[in-house]
Amino acid sequence: MKCTYACGSSDHLLARRRFMGALASGTLASGAVVGGLSALAAPDAAKQLARNQKRVLVINMAGGLSQLESWDPKPATNTGGPFRAIATSVPGTHICELLPQTAKQMHHLSLVRSINTKENDHGKGQYLMMTGRRRSPASDFPKIGAVTAKALNDPTTSLPGHIVISAGGSGGRSNDAAYLGPEFASISMGNGKPPQNTDLPAGVSESSELQRHAFRRRANERFALRRRTAMTDAYTANYEQALELMKQRDVFDVSKESQADLDRYGKHDFGRHCLLARRLLENNITFVQVTHSNYDTHNENFNFHLEQLGEFDSPFATLVADLADRGMLESTLVVVLSEFGRTPNINQNYGRDHWGTAWSICLGGAGIQSGAIIGKTNKNGTKVEDREVDHGHLFHTYLQAVGIDSTGHFDIDGRAVPIADPAYSAIDELLS
Amino acid sequence: MPQPNSSMDTNRADPKLTHVVNEWKYSSPLIACRFEPLSRFVFSSAQDNSVQRWNLENGESVVLKAHDSWVRAIAFSPDGELVMTAGGDGRIIWWPTAADAPEPIRTIEAHQGWVRSLAVSPDGQLLASCGNDNLVKLWRVADGSPVQTFSGHEKDVYSTLFVDDGQTLISGDLAGKVHQWEIATAKLTRTFDAKQLHTYNGGQGVDFGGVRTLSISPDKKHLACGGLHKATNPLGAVHEPLALVFEWESQKLVQSHIAEGVKGTTWRVLFHDQPFLCGAAGGSSGGFLLFWKMDQPKEFHRFKLPSLLRDMDLAADGQRVATAHYDRRLRISRLAAKVDKPTSE
Repeated sequence: MKCTYACGSSDHLLARRRFMGALASGTLASGAVVGGLSALAAPDAAKQLARNQKRVLVINMAGGLSQLESWDPKPATNTGGPFRAIATSVPGTHICELLPQTAKQMHHLSLVRSINTKENDHGKGQYLMMTGRRRSPASDFPKIGAVTAKALNDPTTSLPGHIVISAGGSGGRSNDAAYLGPEFASISMGNGKPPQNTDLPAGVSESSELQRHAFRRRANERFALRRRTAMTDAYTANYEQALELMKQRDVFDVSKESQADLDRYGKHDFGRHCLLARRLLENNITFVQVTHSNYDTHNENFNFHLEQLGEFDSPFATLVADLADRGMLESTLVVVLSEFGRTPNINQNYGRDHWGTAWSICLGGAGIQSGAIIGKTNKNGTKVEDREVDHGHLFHTYLQAVGIDSTGHFDIDGRAVPIADPAYSAIDELLS
Repeated sequence: MPQPNSSMDTNRADPKLTHVVNEWKYSSPLIACRFEPLSRFVFSSAQDNSVQRWNLENGESVVLKAHDSWVRAIAFSPDGELVMTAGGDGRIIWWPTAADAPEPIRTIEAHQGWVRSLAVSPDGQLLASCGNDNLVKLWRVADGSPVQTFSGHEKDVYSTLFVDDGQTLISGDLAGKVHQWEIATAKLTRTFDAKQLHTYNGGQGVDFGGVRTLSISPDKKHLACGGLHKATNPLGAVHEPLALVFEWESQKLVQSHIAEGVKGTTWRVLFHDQPFLCGAAGGSSGGFLLFWKMDQPKEFHRFKLPSLLRDMDLAADGQRVATAHYDRRLRISRLAAKVDKPTSE
């Protein structure tokens, strides 16, 4: 399917008005704040902007985080494993002892403990958790990052709205925006490095670069007079966005943060990536995903969760605390998700296997009420006992938490495409 | 009743005749096992946080419950009076070994995080523990009071063992380092490099392996370290057992014992005084007892057990082997010919 006209076309603006309701009124027009909110002279102004600019942060626990070693511990049961549950800042809420710092931030967060996606395949699980729909051969759907970038991006911003930070890989643009078009596809920051090719090539001067682009623009304009399509517009928009991105390369450079903050977040990759996420969100990047890998612990699940959550806990808790302290949590949805959970049964290798039947996520900020627990599993975590939900309910909830009417439609080449699966609805009791 | 026997050579063992003589079932998968020094009992631990005491004469069991997590380490006073257990709750608990219904005598908060190994000094005075706080600690067996803390590991400490000289303790960690400590001063005196037992998998972002077990030969000339190698997929249990043998004095690596075709981890190695090295390997290809001679990398005999094993111990008689299994069974095997049962008249 060809995408519709790129950002700035009348179609796009009309669609935005339809599903964003009051969100955009007067607030996004103030434009991007290059240099981050901290660059604003008046802290009150920064806080005001922070409250109004909606953003989404997703921490993707790749491989399948064990709900029993995180959000839904079952100590002293036949499935519980060796870890204990600890109290949190929310009276009555306990999480696994592997998350002591996160436990102190739980008053900012909530848990959904009753997810049944009925999916045990990595690829299919990732797809449905990121798109809110089950993969089908007949159609492809945009990931949440593309949806929120399209819905929430300031049309005047020159920065991309959909960034994915992962431990490895190179930079570049992914193919995850489906019919929303490449403008909303994710830009990857492999190992937290700035996007590829954002440095001026060696041997190319500023003046020759300007001349090159002036020539390219003239050629584009001439071509567009007779043969303009959505694809050519997207191509042109991407080029201009890339140029702006090169000018603002520092936004992506975590080394510009203070040494104190670098120390607080930790020297390992995930700590650095969480600090980078804060920097990007402060610079009005709409959607940031940080991937933490790997939780696919068929072998020695407990040793590996000790190691991985030992790395996750402190930077994540620091990031949540910082977003709250800076007044950004009211406008930033934070979601910690996986493609599925892990089996209650402990296998012969001290491992846990894939499990989409009864598992959990953690989320908070924006329009999510704090300190809630939605749903319940049975005593040893083998099935959902109360308020079963799946990817469809979660996707609606994420969007409504940042002010997007998830029951609305995208206008794709004149065809109304539901933003989220109309067979589902949001978890209303989780929305504040 | 068998008596404690330090030389273990009263009855000669023949690994090639190994066979299972007892199989006792518990209600939860087992984790660890140890023979009591007087060979009256075998103790095991299980995934329900309990410890089990098995009577070697008749297989009767008593369950000991006080830990809040899995018990990974079991040790005894040399006279067999006390058993000390420790695990994921960071605690060490003292119990009376032979009481009808043992209750904790003493509980100490020993480590931040898991305790992974315990060892008692040859004179029975000191108890060593190590764990996920990267520390090795010494306690008085008599009253549980702290004696010494050894700091220097940079990763989880998996194993610890006293050297039979009254002055030296060793400990092995996740990174494959075996530190040698001077007990009196807590000074790190030297380090054995067993890094073959450690893997960092960048694709999965995990450290894996470590020195899971330590043993010193009866002649005190060799140190064996067990664990795993060839970890091409740590999260998927694709790795192979390995035991490294170092000359004690020179610290030179003199042998790398492998088990071709076996997938898993060497959970424990113990020198037998005949001499050979007895290893217990468990993983995706099952549970094995492996018997290596010093001059050969490959085992001279392997015995496949009916289920994956997770720990092993040798009795003082040098003939009986206890193994703790995932299928909830404690198995006693004998490294000798089968004894015909007397026929009834």
